[in-house]
Parts: sequence; structure tokens; C-alpha cells
Amino acid sequence: MPTALGHLRICDFTGQLAGAGATKWLAAFGAEVIRIEDPVTNGLWDILRPMPPFVDERRGPDFGGGFNNHNVEKLGITLNLRTERAREILAEIVKRSDVVSENFAKGVLQRWGFGYERLKQLKPDIIYVSNCGFGQVGPYSDWKTWGPIVQAISGITYLSGHPGMEPAGWGYSYMDHTGGMYMAMAILLALVHRQRTGEGQWVDMSCTDAGLALTGTALLDYTVNGRPSRRENSPDSNHSASPEMAPHGIYPCRGNDEWIGIACCSDDEWRKLAARIGASEQANGDWVHDARYAGLAGRLAAQAALDAQLASWTRGSEKFALARELQAAGVPAAAVAKPQERIDQDENTAAWGLWPTVTHTKMGKVRVDGLPAHFSKTDWRIERGAPCVGEHTELVLNRVLGMSADDVAKLRAEGVV
Amino acid sequence: MSAANATDSQQGALHGIRVIELASEKCAWAGKLLADMGADVILIEPPGGDIARSYGPFLGDEPGADRSLYWWHHHTSKRGIVLDLTTEPGRAALRKLAASADVVLEAEAPGALAALGLDYADLAKTKPDLIHCSITPFGRSGPRQDELATDLTVLAAGGPVWMNGYDDHSLPPVRGLGNQGWAVGCHYGVMSILTAILYRGVSGEGQFIDVNSHAAANVTTEAGSYCWLVAKQTMQRLTGRHASANPTLGSQMKCADGRYVNTGVPPRKPAEFASLLAWLRSLGLEANFPEAVFLQAGAERASIDLSKIGQDDEITAIFGAGREAMNLIASRVSAYEFFTGAQRAGLAVGVIFSPEEAYEDPHFKARGFQVEVHHPEHGRSFRYPGAPYAMQKGAWRISRRAPRLGEHTEEVLRELTR
Repeated sequence: MPTALGHLRICDFTGQLAGAGATKWLAAFGAEVIRIEDPVTNGLWDILRPMPPFVDERRGPDFGGGFNNHNVEKLGITLNLRTERAREILAEIVKRSDVVSENFAKGVLQRWGFGYERLKQLKPDIIYVSNCGFGQVGPYSDWKTWGPIVQAISGITYLSGHPGMEPAGWGYSYMDHTGGMYMAMAILLALVHRQRTGEGQWVDMSCTDAGLALTGTALLDYTVNGRPSRRENSPDSNHSASPEMAPHGIYPCRGNDEWIGIACCSDDEWRKLAARIGASEQANGDWVHDARYAGLAGRLAAQAALDAQLASWTRGSEKFALARELQAAGVPAAAVAKPQERIDQDENTAAWGLWPTVTHTKMGKVRVDGLPAHFSKTDWRIERGAPCVGEHTELVLNRVLGMSADDVAKLRAEGVV
Repeated sequence: MSAANATDSQQGALHGIRVIELASEKCAWAGKLLADMGADVILIEPPGGDIARSYGPFLGDEPGADRSLYWWHHHTSKRGIVLDLTTEPGRAALRKLAASADVVLEAEAPGALAALGLDYADLAKTKPDLIHCSITPFGRSGPRQDELATDLTVLAAGGPVWMNGYDDHSLPPVRGLGNQGWAVGCHYGVMSILTAILYRGVSGEGQFIDVNSHAAANVTTEAGSYCWLVAKQTMQRLTGRHASANPTLGSQMKCADGRYVNTGVPPRKPAEFASLLAWLRSLGLEANFPEAVFLQAGAERASIDLSKIGQDDEITAIFGAGREAMNLIASRVSAYEFFTGAQRAGLAVGVIFSPEEAYEDPHFKARGFQVEVHHPEHGRSFRYPGAPYAMQKGAWRISRRAPRLGEHTEEVLRELTR
């Protein structure tokens, strides 16, 4: 199968997830992504390199499970940019690249002598995409973030939780994933622009901008109607106000910490749910005939009571069986899946091939996140694990710059790579 | 695509790309991202309009087909037409439109377009290099493809809901707000379409793309997935911080004004203890904090080995004093003062803003995030959220407000007969 992006070379300084996630997409579609790391610190600028989870008792920069997950199909070289020779080599790589990508703090690449103006001198149509929490412009641009901070700043944390309680936020770096997606879009958009016009450019990606844009409907309620999101009973994110639905929530099921999501999009779906509850052998299903519940407005007004009654009904059922029953009755429902249930026991993710096994040079065979899009002609391929520190230095310097094994050995002895 | 000319730098990166979008909440955000980058996105609605026109909130809280703020936000920069695809003339018009387009974007139930003779296989007959992107809850094939789904059920089934919530597990886990389940599928849809456009540029070939929102949620839960894949660990939800296999200390704090901050990672490096101590002194709080001596000790060390916490008494005390100093300061200042004070001290913390607080913040204003969009029928402009990325060339721009029902039907159909 041909690859979609096999004609592209990415000179890649990204790390963690907000950056590495972007170039994972490009690599899976065949782009030659060359990770450039520091040999002196063993690439530990990317804090995920030595971090858990681990496949076995081995530890170190080549054994981080998260790092492997985010860097499959990439090549990895080391360059000690404190040396003049390494900076010369980097300049030669930039001349032969389509994109330079990074998610350092503001100004790091500039200090190394590779700001946009220099990159453009080396390669006039280069695409340079920088990505940091507050961007490279604006009063907070010198300040630091990580995923949960980005989510806090951009309103994403505030909106998520139960009424009358502190925000629950997101239990993972949603905005590292999402910032990485917007970084990938920015790279691809700049490449499309170059395809059309021949022009390169610098794109200033800021994860907090991307996060705030995702709260747009709430923002318009504020700018147009003057209604702020900071108000009584906010957050209330298991309910649905846009669109309005009731019942709509996460309800308990049989067992310890087992839950089901149920959403009625219409009066018709509510009637189907009510019929199912009324027909169940369990006693006390009469509440579904409460006249207040016939229309959406009534169900919304009495949502707390409705939730409590529905919870008392769902509590007796096994979550997957109940979800199947409700689906068969025409009601949108899904069990709240735990990792094992959605990864090892879901026939749909299995049929999709969502969890490919890669071969990592030291870790061996490891399963990773695949991609949620299949292409009919140029589908993604994820087979090779993340690079060990400097694993492809010789290969890349040979392939890209025509250096011999002896040349590279000499550079190694001189502390350049 | 048009040939390059002098004005191309000012046109959006996707200028000259035509996208036919079949209205659905499941793909609307993808269409907006493309339209704001300059693509000519033609949104097709059934007679009577897409159901999302009935989604609140509404302008002035009065419902109406052209008053939904949900609609306004998701359909900027698009043109809108009405076609009845249950009739042959409607289907013929769609075929003709698709033949004039680069991309078809839709979220119809699996099999629905094939039944109308409007699926990729049909449309590609007259437009071989068409890029057709389908975004569905469970993908176009597979055992769950026919399940009914909403944003909530996709996030419940896909893993995010399990990760979010409170330390108290008698409370239901939490769906993150903002229809993010649909948004994540749309992000992958846009990445896919752009990837396919680049491939078409070098090969001349189009293709079909099957985006699966449930799969998208599944591979967007960070450690939630990879800790199971690698080490069979199950992450457990915790209040306002990362889910974890084992409980961790809290990192969300209430400040003196009742608002919350995320305190991030506690100080770990000597320089961080030094600046924390300086911040404590500048607030006049050192006298209230006897453990300040440990901050001083941390500042004076050459390095602090975190693996010794719990074993080495001094390192344990230093690390604990760092956390306690942050707690003390939070209890004495507002959330915003805590955020700016900590960041000036080099500590990565965040204030938990509501969306409008971020929107009115000087940083986002300075980045040009507030944009005005004119609504001619109201004789005024409204403020909208701005660009998710700052492109210097081929830039992001809201070129028009969302289309009113059927606003461009005549205009677009007239273009087709030319």
C-alpha cells in the first residue's frame, strides 16, 4: 500500500504528548520523522522517556511505556548542539527537511541559533511549527504549563463536574492529546498552503488557544446573552443543556464502581425507556407515568428526582446487559467502560485493529494506541516501536547526509552525536 | 486548486478547496475548522433544517432556526443550502455538487448513503479523485456500527468518562463538557482530510476515509490506555487531577476568594525552593510558616533526589514544606494572584478560569483571540472565539456568520448550472 506522506521529512524536536502526539500521526502515514535529542542528557528533556508503565523490571530512557506509545514509527538521532559541528549537521538536515516541529518553552530553539529567520535562510520554504501552552506571543508567553494547567486556564476544567462541587476536570491530559492534534493540523495546513503557493511559514501554536476555542458555545452565551459560565450550579456536565436532554447522565449499575451512560434525545426515546422500565419485573416502576415526565420541559424541571428514580432502577442490572437491552429498545446507552473492557473485551475496537503491536528494539513486542481513521488507499501503519536514544544516528546521517559509518564513529568519539 | 498568485498569502490555506458537508452534529466541528481556513464549505440540510438549529442556548433565549448559538459556533464561514435527498432531484443535485467538490464530509449512519446511491462508490464514479470522509460513532463496519449514540454514550464507551470524577467513588464519574466526544472525532477527521489532500497533490488520487469517534475517544485517554496495554494497570479517577493506579496527593486548591487553582507539580529543584521562599517573603508570610527553614535548606542544596522522599528525613521535610507553603499562600491570596505569583516564581500552576474569564484575560486579548463577526440581519457584530493556531500565511479567519436556513440554496444551484 502506498503511503500518504512518504514524500515528507520532519526535523522533529517534539516531546511529551502535546508535541510527540502530532508527529506520531505524520509518521504513521509514512513521513520520515527524525527525532533530534540530546546525547548528554540521554534525551531526558522528554520526561516520558524513563517514566512508567514498564513492560518488565528494566528501567531507563529506553523503557518508558508512554514514550513508546507516542513515538512509534519515528527515527531517533542524537546531536550535541553545544558543539559547532552538531549545529552544522543540524543545518544540513534542516536544508533537506519540509518541517521543523518543536514544543519547547518559548525561545529555546532561538537560543540554539535556529529561530525562524535562520531556518528560513537554510530552507526558504521551511515550515516551522512551535507549540507551547501560552504560545510565543502575549503576556504569559514566558510562563510554563503542562496538560492540566492548559485545561485549567482554558475553561475546560471549570466546566466539568457535579453541581455544587469543585470542578472534577479531566483525569488525564486531554489538552495534551488535543494540543497535539491541533499541532498536526497546523503542520498539515501549512503543507497544503505550501503545496498551493510554494510558501513556507512559522505557525505559533498555543494549546490554551486551542482549548478555549473548544468552549465556543458557552462563550457565545456569554458574549451574546451576557450569561457567564461561572454561575450557580455550574459545573453540571453529566446533564446536557446544549442540546437539552433528560434523562441524561451516568447511572449506577450492579457491582462496585460500575456505571452506565443513558441519554434520551427525544420524547420518543423517553417513552421507549419508560416502557422498558414499566415492563421490567422489578417493582415500583410506576413513577415513569408521572405526568411531569411526559414532555422535555417537565423532565428537565424535575431532573434531580428523575435521576434518582432512574438510578434506583439501573442499580440492579449488570451494565453491559442493560446497555444491550436499552439499545434493543431504541434508547442510546453505553456501559462506562474500564480500560480492560474497552481494550481487551470490546469486539469493535478489536475489529478496527485499534491496538497494534509494535516491535521495540529493547522492550520487544508492545501494544500501543492505533489511529481512529482508516484510509481506503493509504492507510496508516504502526509496526516499529519508538527509537532508543540515538538508535538511528548512523542510519539517518548516512541516508540524509551521505556520511559513512567511520564518519559517524568519529563524531561519536568527539562528543558531537 | 487554483494556481498561485499574488494574493494567495492572504487567502486561507484551504482556499480553492470545496467541501460538501451533510449537516450533522457529529461532523459540524470538522466542517468549521476547514471553513475557517478558507475552504468553500457547502452545508446541506434537509427541508426544515438540521436538528441542531433547535439546540440552545439561543439569541436572547428565544428559540428559532437562525437563533441557536450552538449553530452559530459550529457553522461559521460555511454556505448553507437545503436539499431533499429523499427525492431524485435532490439526489441529482447532490451528485452534481459532489462532482464539483474536492471533499465530501458526512456523518450518516452506516448504509444510509449507499441506500440513496450517494456513497463514495457512487460519487467517485463521476469524481474519481474525490476525498470522502465519514465520521460515525463506531465506524462504518464492525459489530457496534448500528448502536445509537450521543456524545455522552461515546465518551462512556470510549474511556474518557471512567477517567474523570472525584476521589469519592460513590459519585458518578464525569463526562467532560462541550460535546468533546464529537469534537475528538472531528479533529481526526480534519487531520485525515488534510493528509488525503496532500496525498492527492502528489498522486492525483482521492480516497475514502472511515473515522470512528469511539475509537478516537479510546486512543485519547493518555495513561488510561497505555498503562493497561503495557502493564495491565487500571487508572482510578481522582478529584481535579490525573487518574492513577494508586491514590496521589491533591493538586486542586481553593484560594482566599473561593476560586480554585491547579497547583501543578510541587517544587522539586533548588531554584524552585529559592523562588518559592522569596515569594513567601514578598507576601509577608514567612513568620507564619516555621517550615520556611526547610525551603531555605532546599534552596541551598546542590540537588534534591526525589527518590529519597520518605527515607531521607531532610529531603522529606523539604518536599513537604514546598507543598505546605503553596497551600498557605493559596489560602491567603486570590486564585488569579496565586497563578501570576507562582508563574513569576517559575512554578507551573494554573488558575481554573471559567471560559469567559479566559476570554476576557489580557493574554488572550493580546493574542487576538476575540474576533468580531458581523450579522447583517441584526445590524451588528458579535464577539466570537478566535483561532486555534496562529498561521502567518493562509491564515484562519471567520469569513461569515453561520448560514441562515436555505440562505445559499439559489446561489449554489445557480453556480452549478453555469
